[in-house]
Amino acid sequence: MGEMEALRKEADNLKDQITEARKVVQDTTLQEAVAGTALVGRVQLKTRKTLRGHLAKIYAMHWGTDTKFCVSASQDGKLIVWDTLTTNKVNAIPLKSSWVMTCAYAPSGNMVACGGLDNMCSIYNLKGKDGNVKVMRELAAHTGYLSCCRFLSDSEIITSSGDCTCVLWDIETGTEKTIFAGHLGDCMSLAVSPDFKMFISGACDFTAKLWDIREATCRQTFSGHESDINAIGFFPNGNAVITGSDDATCKLYDLRADQELVTYQDSGIMCGVTSLAPSLSGRLLLAGYDDFNVNIWDMLKAERVGVLAGHDNRVSCIGVSSDGMACCTGSWDSFLKIWN
Amino acid sequence: MPGVINMDELTDLDKAKMERDQKKIEVKLERWMMSKCCTEFMEAVQAGVEEDTLVKGIAEDKNPFKELKGGCVVC
Repeated sequence: MGEMEALRKEADNLKDQITEARKVVQDTTLQEAVAGTALVGRVQLKTRKTLRGHLAKIYAMHWGTDTKFCVSASQDGKLIVWDTLTTNKVNAIPLKSSWVMTCAYAPSGNMVACGGLDNMCSIYNLKGKDGNVKVMRELAAHTGYLSCCRFLSDSEIITSSGDCTCVLWDIETGTEKTIFAGHLGDCMSLAVSPDFKMFISGACDFTAKLWDIREATCRQTFSGHESDINAIGFFPNGNAVITGSDDATCKLYDLRADQELVTYQDSGIMCGVTSLAPSLSGRLLLAGYDDFNVNIWDMLKAERVGVLAGHDNRVSCIGVSSDGMACCTGSWDSFLKIWN
Repeated sequence: MPGVINMDELTDLDKAKMERDQKKIEVKLERWMMSKCCTEFMEAVQAGVEEDTLVKGIAEDKNPFKELKGGCVVC
């Protein structure tokens, strides 16, 4: 037997053992466990604000931490920092490359980052001495597009890329601290755990991976989706992972059971999921789809309890503010909307 | 582990080794019973739901995003 065949056989054997180990702990299903729980009431959110200013498709948005500010990125070549309470633009940052696919707000509020088809992650200092917002660092090493980025602090950021890897960067020196390799397809999205010790990535190999940031290892791999995973997020307490895919479903995976708890799907929904965000308690899952809508799911009962219809094109990004007071949607129609 | 990483440079053999090594790590995981996970999941949701604005709604006069009707806003 050749080395290749032997390796494949060994891996398949181990995968079968993992499948068996997962079956052993299946003493119930979430569906059975919530049988006695009432469905959450119909959720009807209203658009409270419309953020107007971008001149082209919006690809990403990210709320600041403990604030009503958010940042958005559009292929009009701008990052805009918004005060969502007044709809004022706090900063309008022109980008070197207009092919932006992601943006992020640092937890401190001092920086924002973005990246895209330039394969780089650019860090901007919002609190420069002369008041001008300038590029602070350009993190270059990925050999594919930058699909997502998230700050751990003002000195570290994690990126995911079309080159199938994720990277932890030292912003100060502009160099890679750790490379997380293992996905066999483009990495499309990432999310950091509430305690900042782990992160999860979703990829075009249809899997989600849980990574230990300091140990630099992949702890767990979650399968089940039948197409690319475009969106990923942590359940608020950090013990479960939510994914959204081109296969038109969202899935909830429990980290301790190491398997899927439930799939959020409806025969009437046939288009891909582009973005997702849980509400503050995790009772609701808000997910954006290619058909211009956001569906709101009861996360316990796995039933749709509302729809946000208000955009004239694909909803590309969604986020819930850190105090859970509002949800923001961004769209290819160039507008952001604030709902509650 | 600095330097450019290029997945294209990894041979099929390298990738197969990586996959095998990864599964060796994952097979050792201690898994919790689903019943325990489901119970904790339900409890976590119920614990926070009363403070969850998107679930409970918010009174117009308490909504920070309410419409600003004319006048000036002093920040």
